[in-house]
Amino acid sequence: MPELRYVDALNRAHHEEMERDERVVVLGEDVGRKGGVFGVTQGLYERFGEERVLDTPLAESAIVGCAIGMACNGLVPIAEIQFADFIHPAFDQIVSEAARMRYRSNGNYGVPMVIRVPYGGAHGTALYHSQCVEAFYAHVPGLKVVAPSTPYDAKGMLKSAVRDPDPVLFLEHKRMYRLVRGEVPEGDYTVPLGPAAVRREGRDLSLFSYGWTLHEALAAAETAAQEGIEVEVVDVRCLRPLDKDTILRSVAKTNKALVVYEDNRFGGFGAELAALIAEEAFEDLDGPVARLAGPDVPGIPFAKPLEQWYWISQDKILEAVRRLAHY
Amino acid sequence: MVTDVRLPQLGESTYEATIGRWLKAPGDRVERFEPLVELITDKVNVEMPSPVAGRVVEIVAQEGQTLPVGAVIARVEEDGVQAQAAGTEPAAQPAAAPEPEPPAAQAPAERAGVGRLSPLVSRLVEEHGISAEELRQIQGTGVGGRITKQDVLRYLERRTAAPVVEAPRPAAPAAAEQRVALSPVRRAIAERMSRAKREIPHAYGVVEADVTELVRWYTAHREAFERQHGVRLTYTAFFARAAVEALRAFPVVNAQWSEDGIVIKPHVNLGVAVSVEDGLVVPVIHRAEEKSLVGLARELEELTRRAREGRLTLEDVQGGTFTLTNPGVFGSIWSMPIINYPQAAILATDAIVKRAVVRDDAIAIRSVMHLGLSFDHRVFDGAVAVRFLNHVKATLEAVDPVTR
Repeated sequence: MPELRYVDALNRAHHEEMERDERVVVLGEDVGRKGGVFGVTQGLYERFGEERVLDTPLAESAIVGCAIGMACNGLVPIAEIQFADFIHPAFDQIVSEAARMRYRSNGNYGVPMVIRVPYGGAHGTALYHSQCVEAFYAHVPGLKVVAPSTPYDAKGMLKSAVRDPDPVLFLEHKRMYRLVRGEVPEGDYTVPLGPAAVRREGRDLSLFSYGWTLHEALAAAETAAQEGIEVEVVDVRCLRPLDKDTILRSVAKTNKALVVYEDNRFGGFGAELAALIAEEAFEDLDGPVARLAGPDVPGIPFAKPLEQWYWISQDKILEAVRRLAHY
Repeated sequence: MVTDVRLPQLGESTYEATIGRWLKAPGDRVERFEPLVELITDKVNVEMPSPVAGRVVEIVAQEGQTLPVGAVIARVEEDGVQAQAAGTEPAAQPAAAPEPEPPAAQAPAERAGVGRLSPLVSRLVEEHGISAEELRQIQGTGVGGRITKQDVLRYLERRTAAPVVEAPRPAAPAAAEQRVALSPVRRAIAERMSRAKREIPHAYGVVEADVTELVRWYTAHREAFERQHGVRLTYTAFFARAAVEALRAFPVVNAQWSEDGIVIKPHVNLGVAVSVEDGLVVPVIHRAEEKSLVGLARELEELTRRAREGRLTLEDVQGGTFTLTNPGVFGSIWSMPIINYPQAAILATDAIVKRAVVRDDAIAIRSVMHLGLSFDHRVFDGAVAVRFLNHVKATLEAVDPVTR
């Protein structure tokens, strides 16, 4: 099986889905001629033409609004928001229209649409190109919110998202595009939107994460193992719907839970995981449900030392692992 | 107000410590930052400063007791923050008993005087019918002495192995086994030795060095050297010097295995095994490559003294890149030591003994010794090991300390 970068796996999924189903269209800022600022949509414009690959104005509300209209009228749009930081103008379209269309039309209309969103902090991306937005949208019934963290999942879950009859917010941590590689099969396969994946088995505590912090967590778990702490690392990958069974089964096994996420700690998505575990795994717990998350500041700072201070590094994770393991 | 004094975290990987000696008794005054108690960890002994100023009202932890980080070890009545009624009390009252806790503070979850139990532990207690009496016998190893899942599971294992019903004691107590409690040092040694043997594929090499000239020089010049430099000169200093030179010639021996590649250390931080009363410590001579024979001798003397007095700091024992052990002082003539994890090798220097050897086809009486290297075969191979040993040997045999 060829090894692909995360970005290439997404690109393959686009090509294959557009080839498979002519209703699939792509729209967004610079997705056409330029092939996307991160290169995810490269080659689509040349191959499928300007009728199916649309460069849009810088107006996120319009991108999502148009996509909803297309979806209600028989197309299957993949809308790219250039950076998660700029999705906020489209909040109303996503929450008030896309998410509730099926509910309010009594099942007569659905919005089979994917909104792809590069998110999270990378080097020097600072206040306006670093945000984590998953908590805003995972809160909304009617939306699916996914955050694959391997190239295999990126391709397989994007295909599932395209074929899903309802709107899917597809989160891509931008640090993974060119840093994360993995085996990706040629041709068609899908990864269902729902199940979580145990990436590493362990007996001493369960660590739940997704996106880039999952990779930091796996590295930290490796070091912890050398110290005799066996961490079970669970890739949540689907924030909504959430795979409660896998999460609770893991806690029942290790009896301790650590939730790691990059977003601000207060009210972040990890808080939902922590609450779920506290409520439904109470009698399995041999320690407090712990959260390691970004500090509660309005954005990831630009200054290098402050950026480091914000990031959820391997070292911070290792420290949290040690603390909980020895509780 | 009575403040709980808790066992502090003394190092990154230190999770427990043993109470050495109390420097204050109940009723004594203590200033903030004044040494309150001596603590013994698997790495070092330290004096713990008092976190507050006031009067010691209670010593909770007894000398010799081993406790997890966070455990309450003493209570100190802080200056100026007495209960509101303090103003009306004469200042010369005898040491007040600790204030009774307000009833609300008695946590409802507290059971049988064993502290708060986690939901899982409560469930295990229920499921296995563990009585309050049994629970009191379980030594908690979690933060603040909390009883953890592992503590309960370990207890259950023991309980299954030996049912609680009191069995009649065997008739011959004289023949009974004795169980010596594990000191933190013993436990640390056990853990590190097992780990080194488990993870590192050890291989060994031994060469014989003829140190007749060295012995001759040492016997003749030792006193003058010591007078001139004001430092005790031992053979170990020569061995250290020879090892450092060989390490500079073979950087791969001064290294560490990792899955991502072999880590070659930029400096020679030479650990030297020192036998102490209750075990073994390995203080480190940092940047040994920058030190002369005099410098090495001086540092050896200082570190050995501090090790024997139990006054090594954390820094003294951290960062070693290679270890020298000298079982020769006890008379061993052939040693294969265990590598000091995660280093790549350890050099053992055995006893210098006079032996009949063949020199220039004649039998001669020479002072010889064995140099043994245990090495991580993942990092380098036998050829390097033996070349390294020969380098050490050559340095010792050619020794002309005057020029060093």
